[in-house]
Amino acid sequence: MSILVIAEHNNSALKADTFKTVQAASQLGGEIHVLVAGQACQAAAAEAASIAGVSKVLLADAAPYAHQLAENVAALVAELGAVYSHILAAATTGGKNMLPRVAALLDVAQISDIIAIESADTFVRPIYAGNAIATVQSADAIKVLTVRSAAFAAAATGNNAPIEAVSVVKDLGVSSFVAEELTKSERPELTAARVIISGGRGMQNGENFALLNGIADKLNAAIGASRAAVDAGFVPNDMQVGQTGKIVAPDLYIAVGISGAIQHLAGMKDSKVIVAINKDPEAPIFQVADYGLVGDLFTVLPELEAAL
Amino acid sequence: MKILVPVKRVIDYNVKVRVKPDNSGVDLANVKMALNPFCEIAVEEAVRLKEAGVATEVVVVTIGNKAAQEQLRTALALGADRALQLETELNLDSLQVAKLLAKVVAEEQPQLVIMGKQAIDSDNNQTAQMLAALTGMGQGTFASKVVVADGKVQVTREIDGGLQTVALTLPAVVSTDLRLNEPRYASLPNIMKAKKKPLDVKAADSLGVALESKVNTLKVTTPPSRQAGVKVESVAELVAKLKDEAKVI
Repeated sequence: MSILVIAEHNNSALKADTFKTVQAASQLGGEIHVLVAGQACQAAAAEAASIAGVSKVLLADAAPYAHQLAENVAALVAELGAVYSHILAAATTGGKNMLPRVAALLDVAQISDIIAIESADTFVRPIYAGNAIATVQSADAIKVLTVRSAAFAAAATGNNAPIEAVSVVKDLGVSSFVAEELTKSERPELTAARVIISGGRGMQNGENFALLNGIADKLNAAIGASRAAVDAGFVPNDMQVGQTGKIVAPDLYIAVGISGAIQHLAGMKDSKVIVAINKDPEAPIFQVADYGLVGDLFTVLPELEAAL
Repeated sequence: MKILVPVKRVIDYNVKVRVKPDNSGVDLANVKMALNPFCEIAVEEAVRLKEAGVATEVVVVTIGNKAAQEQLRTALALGADRALQLETELNLDSLQVAKLLAKVVAEEQPQLVIMGKQAIDSDNNQTAQMLAALTGMGQGTFASKVVVADGKVQVTREIDGGLQTVALTLPAVVSTDLRLNEPRYASLPNIMKAKKKPLDVKAADSLGVALESKVNTLKVTTPPSRQAGVKVESVAELVAKLKDEAKVI
């Protein structure tokens, strides 16, 4: 058995999700190789080589992989991947975009969004927005899996695996990169943060989200939002925590003015400790919160910031 | 330009999902079914492209049993021109669905395939990408904006951390995200008209695609529920609990 993990990176650094995907791969048993496909992505490859449990890093450094367009990277992975027993990528928008393409090219199924590994061919995954949990067994020769990062710890570092250049260059010529607009933030990313503070419809408008800033600064927290707050236009979509947004599992999740719709709970209920601040004592969020504080967020938030 | 929109019949998103007592799956008996929300967005986008004069015909296709014709009629009421059902009683996996759709693409020769990014039952998020792979087309997944011009489609995609825009040569596959558009409601006259629009039925097993899956569902369970904790009276008590009891700050 040997496992190929597709690294998620921005050419200069790996995403935290890759460390978690390697951790998942290590539960399968077998040699782990990590593919870093990009352009001028040597630094990301070096970082991959430092992950514990990785025995080799494959570095595909070529212009068609610069923006990791799914068409080109999937063709590369399908060619390299045929000799592996498992191919894994994080269930991020990057992995979700590219890996099903690989599975189809290899004529095997993909098992999406796994949250646990029972054996080398049996995996656990949420269905129906997390309202049911399926255990599935694959008889395919190659198991193609996307891994939900929130369900796995990050693999340790301190390794020095060899980096091997891959000369395969695939350019399907059907897609090209036009532009990217990334939200700039000094704060940790939602999916990597140890602490998250999220606002909901109760925040009333976008300006009021500033009330979360001071607390987030003190706790080094990421700031999230419920779908209601995003749909109301308070904050951009990439801040959304929930079934259709980011799935997170931080050590501490503070839900402020969030009622606790099923779709939001699906995105954060695996957090270690949940705090709910809401003026409605009947809000469903209190049913999943370890600590609930019934109160007006406009008085509670300044108090909380001062108390930290 | 012809647009093909594959759609799926799923449990209505307002229905509370219940796992069967024997853990064999989710109980679908007597529950309300509907057009998958992401598919509805795909139909809407295709219809808007037709209304804008970019597309000339919108064809919807579904794979499923006879009941799925209800969702095809819904799509026709929303503005699709004609429908195709690939009939099967089997519950197919994404790969088999993608292979069947590839056959439909070969037959229909659409310039654009627009489909939902995932179905809210199996939550796989695979079929569009697999169809693109099998047909050698480019893919614009998780689209929040679609612009067709000069033989290309420019797709703005919702990615972790922001937005990415890619240009794809036609034909291409686009998968829809939530913010692409807000689907219209079908008007009563359009619902009546939809009943007269053409709906073809073909047996799914007549297309030369092996329909069996290599993936077997062993069991389906209810997720562990989280216990409600305690209510605290003050911010000071909350901070104390987080420090001393939970030890997370």
